[in-house]
Amino acid sequence: MQRIGVFVCWCGSNIAGTVDVAAVSDALKSEPGVVFSTNYQYMCSQAGQEMIKEAVKEHKLTGIVVCSCSPRMHEQTFRKTAAAAGINPYMVEIANIREQCSWVHKDMKEGTEKAIVLGRTAIAKVHLNAPLVPGESPVTKRALVIGGGIAGIQTALDIADAGFEVDIVETKPTIGGKMAQLDKTFPTLDCAACILTPKMVDVAQHEKIKIYSYSEVVDVKGFVGNFDVTIKKKARYVKEDVCTGCGLCTEKCPQKKVPNDFNLGMDNKRAIYIPFAQAVPKIATIDADYCTMLKTGKCGVCSKVCTAKAIDYTQKDEFVSEKYGAIVAATGFNPISMEKFDEYAYSQSKDVITSLEFERLMNAAGPTAGKLLRPSDGVHPHKIVFVQCVGSRCAACAEKGKEYCSKICCMYTAKHAMLTRDKYPDTDVTVFYIDVRTPGKQFDEFYRRAVEEYGVHYIKGMVGKVSPEGNKLIVQGSDLIANKQLKIEADLVVLAAAIEPDRSARPLATMLTASMDTNDFFTEAHPKLRPVESPTAGIFLSGACQGPKDIPETVSQAGAAAAKVIGLLSKDKLTGNPCVAHSDEMMCNGCSSCEKVCPYGAITYSDKEFRGPNRTTLIRRVASVNEAICQGCGCCTVACPSGAMDLKGFASKQIMAEVDAICK
Amino acid sequence: MQKVTRETLIEKAIALIAEEKVNRVLGWKAGEFSYDVTPAVFNDAESLKKDFVFTDFCGANFSKYLVKETKKDGKVLVFLKPCDTYSFNQLLTEHRFDREKVYVVGIPCDGMIDENAIKAKVGDGIISVTADGDKIKVETLYDGVKTLDKAEVLSERCANCKSKKHVAYDELIGEDGEVADSNRFDQVEMLEKMTPDERFAFWQEQLSRCIRCNACRNVCPACTCEKCVFDNPNSGVENKAAADSFEEKMFHIIRAFHVAGRCTDCGECSRVCPQHIPLHLLNRKFIKDINTFYGDYQAGEEVGSRAPLVNYTKEDIEPVDAVKKGDE
Amino acid sequence: MQVNGYKPKIVAFCCNWCSYAGADLAGSNRLSYPAEVKVIRVPCSCRVNPMFILRAFQRGADGVILCGCHPGDCHYTSGNYYTRRRMALLFSMLDYLGIERDRTRVEWVSAAEGAKFAATMNEFAEKVASLGENKRLEDLRCKK
Repeated sequence: MQRIGVFVCWCGSNIAGTVDVAAVSDALKSEPGVVFSTNYQYMCSQAGQEMIKEAVKEHKLTGIVVCSCSPRMHEQTFRKTAAAAGINPYMVEIANIREQCSWVHKDMKEGTEKAIVLGRTAIAKVHLNAPLVPGESPVTKRALVIGGGIAGIQTALDIADAGFEVDIVETKPTIGGKMAQLDKTFPTLDCAACILTPKMVDVAQHEKIKIYSYSEVVDVKGFVGNFDVTIKKKARYVKEDVCTGCGLCTEKCPQKKVPNDFNLGMDNKRAIYIPFAQAVPKIATIDADYCTMLKTGKCGVCSKVCTAKAIDYTQKDEFVSEKYGAIVAATGFNPISMEKFDEYAYSQSKDVITSLEFERLMNAAGPTAGKLLRPSDGVHPHKIVFVQCVGSRCAACAEKGKEYCSKICCMYTAKHAMLTRDKYPDTDVTVFYIDVRTPGKQFDEFYRRAVEEYGVHYIKGMVGKVSPEGNKLIVQGSDLIANKQLKIEADLVVLAAAIEPDRSARPLATMLTASMDTNDFFTEAHPKLRPVESPTAGIFLSGACQGPKDIPETVSQAGAAAAKVIGLLSKDKLTGNPCVAHSDEMMCNGCSSCEKVCPYGAITYSDKEFRGPNRTTLIRRVASVNEAICQGCGCCTVACPSGAMDLKGFASKQIMAEVDAICK
Repeated sequence: MQKVTRETLIEKAIALIAEEKVNRVLGWKAGEFSYDVTPAVFNDAESLKKDFVFTDFCGANFSKYLVKETKKDGKVLVFLKPCDTYSFNQLLTEHRFDREKVYVVGIPCDGMIDENAIKAKVGDGIISVTADGDKIKVETLYDGVKTLDKAEVLSERCANCKSKKHVAYDELIGEDGEVADSNRFDQVEMLEKMTPDERFAFWQEQLSRCIRCNACRNVCPACTCEKCVFDNPNSGVENKAAADSFEEKMFHIIRAFHVAGRCTDCGECSRVCPQHIPLHLLNRKFIKDINTFYGDYQAGEEVGSRAPLVNYTKEDIEPVDAVKKGDE
Repeated sequence: MQVNGYKPKIVAFCCNWCSYAGADLAGSNRLSYPAEVKVIRVPCSCRVNPMFILRAFQRGADGVILCGCHPGDCHYTSGNYYTRRRMALLFSMLDYLGIERDRTRVEWVSAAEGAKFAATMNEFAEKVASLGENKRLEDLRCKK
């Protein structure tokens, strides 16, 4: 039997005004287990806390009930008091007789009666409380960033600058991501390479950062502070530590017909290549699908010309195991495929291009060396039509596009239109839009400049059909404001394709036990208050893998994710919340119901040996909870059909005791 | 449909034992009366030939027996009717036994007979019941032989059969059937159409007959907990004094909720209830609601499927609207 | 709260993060509701086992209400989605057994909705009071 002390607070007149505090402490004195009961003006004050400490000593209390304000106010205070008095802080229960009693009831008799019931309920719970000790686990002071775009780069730099080691895993041969493919950036129109490549160099030169380029994460085990990750370094047939990046091989390789994915297939590269001049790491990679040597065993030109002797045709995929304390997902996005949007004639005409392809056409390092030329005939276009929201905001045709707004298209289309008019004033530019969305610093000003200063024609309406006719593209659309159908003869059509999460994100989320929404964007731990954390402890989110974002937003989120990682890695030990789920192995059926509802992946199953009757051994599949991951929601306790799963601090028996006390 | 006979099954069992594919056989043996056949384990050809029976009273769902049987060494042969295979899959989904330790022979079924339905027609003193196509012959102590249509004495669950298709087996005897278009929710709908007072009166009448014998729980293939909450002093619902306790009043609601989304509607609970309480109507209400609220779901149809109560969509119906659905 | 002289007993389960805070806010704003409503704090609405609700009824509660974060706002991301399914099925079952449907309720109350909390409790308590004592769940298996 517990020895319980009851402490009724007046809170000045806040409680005492509507609750007869003396009557409450008197009534609760006669409850079973209560050995001491008193009331005082301000329980949370120094004097009040001293009173509790003394009572603990004098009456050898094992449990404390404080009838006071909401536990959200002072539960922590009284837990600390209990700890200072030498009893477990989780042996304290608060009866909320202020916010949920004295403040909402006007009648003294009614208030007093309810306060007594609430006190009795807390006493009933304390009887079943058990001392709880938070678990501790060590922290590996090292972070993994998955994805080397601007999000991953920024996160890695921020973490590394704080003094922690960071590894970046990038599936492409170079870091840089989508931003490296862009020409200029809105709303300031500085060139993407000019602001990105110095950061890439910073990453390469940072002593705390290691880059696994042309690599993938293939397995993740463990939990917050203690992840074991297996990374596959794909064979690039070039020794990374030997290659100097001189690029001679990429000029001499006889296989010239390899579609250049960096330029979205608008030109060709060689079978051995460096994606672009400022690649980091600047190492050549052989495309095994096209290399004649790897396919037929006959060639070897690159090996012959390489003075550093870096070519190794026998290289195999390599698997590396590393330990990390935190993992950041920064897997980014891709424009959606235009396959299902044939009304825009994307597959029929080379002169219907996506916005990202347009970026490459405008880029000085692109396939046309920055000259705006039609892909079909290399002629300068004089009439360009931009179509916004291609595949975005597609509620009605969700099987075709995405329901969400891709967020960045309005701004980059305005940018494209403006840049075109700036560079080629002889070109006529029309933009079809549903809405123009420009929230963001200097964004609307930017868009208005495109319209007012650069003379871009913005037409509110959708394009219904694009049909190639001769060397022209007939664009049929509607002008909703003028309420008429339009037919425009264009030389080039640019589609603002919706963006979607990179395809690697879904299998990665499974490995990380991080949750995703129906669009395969990673879910935040809380959409407003914890936007850069995944619900799974130790997993953080950076950039467009969490939702469509422009560069400024990505960089700020990347920094925020880094700050969260730094906060985690700066701890030597992680102290958990002791109010976590616990499975009674003897009762567990092994049915996996709990595992399925756990939002954190805190529950795992294993086969364990149990003693059976007559000295036999039984093997049973049972659940166990990783206390470092469990957040204590209790969902598993209800999913469990056998009642094997319970929640410490909110045990079924405790809650039922509360129910009984209230209904008495 | 091919009619399976006792001899076909014995022959199959003996062959499988001889081939050393299985070590023992889960089957039925005769009881005191022709209608009270009992599940039994057979270890050899001899005992099979001697005691194995197969009649229209072999309704027992063997799936649950596998939880214990597979704990033993060797492999067990089990004969499963189409409806039993759903329970079989559901148990596999919940990792309740090792699939490798079972050899399933799927047998066709054209419905099992409810002995109570016969008793209701012919009275007591039944000496023997023999099947003859669509007819059955009942010999009684007092009235001689009476012939009944099999259709009129089928078990409720067979009259409203949900599926003649096996969803799990190693081998089949005869041809597989189809998922049936059954009227199994008619009674639930009828109850839903009543006024709350009528419904309460109905259920009070039914549930007040309960003697808490636990037969429904003990037979239920979804009730395979290592320790049932009703037997566990730590669960808060266990209570030995039956008089006025929580578990007593709420037993059937709690039990139905525990198996909600996992119940395959095998109907064993109602079959074994000595008080003839239509317990399946509780489970079917949950199944019907699940189908209406969250889309059709048949527990056990697929191994590994995610049960509706451990799943959700962001657009799920609100509880306040859910209770009104029955009114429609 | 009294209707025809009857004061009901009402148990309100509130999740710690939204609804309990909403109840506190009702207090801070001095928005009154009947003293018959007594709150049990749980970490998440998904901690509420249907057994707790049945237990409350069996022990003499006349109404049970469960409050959680709005769908999509769960502190634990998905807890209240499971709550919604569980309670939809449980309440529908109770209704099927002929138990008055106004004795049970789920309401989503955010930490900012003190006024909604008070209004919900006032309305719920009045409905439950008008139903009088909860006899049906008590008598479900005790036909006299």
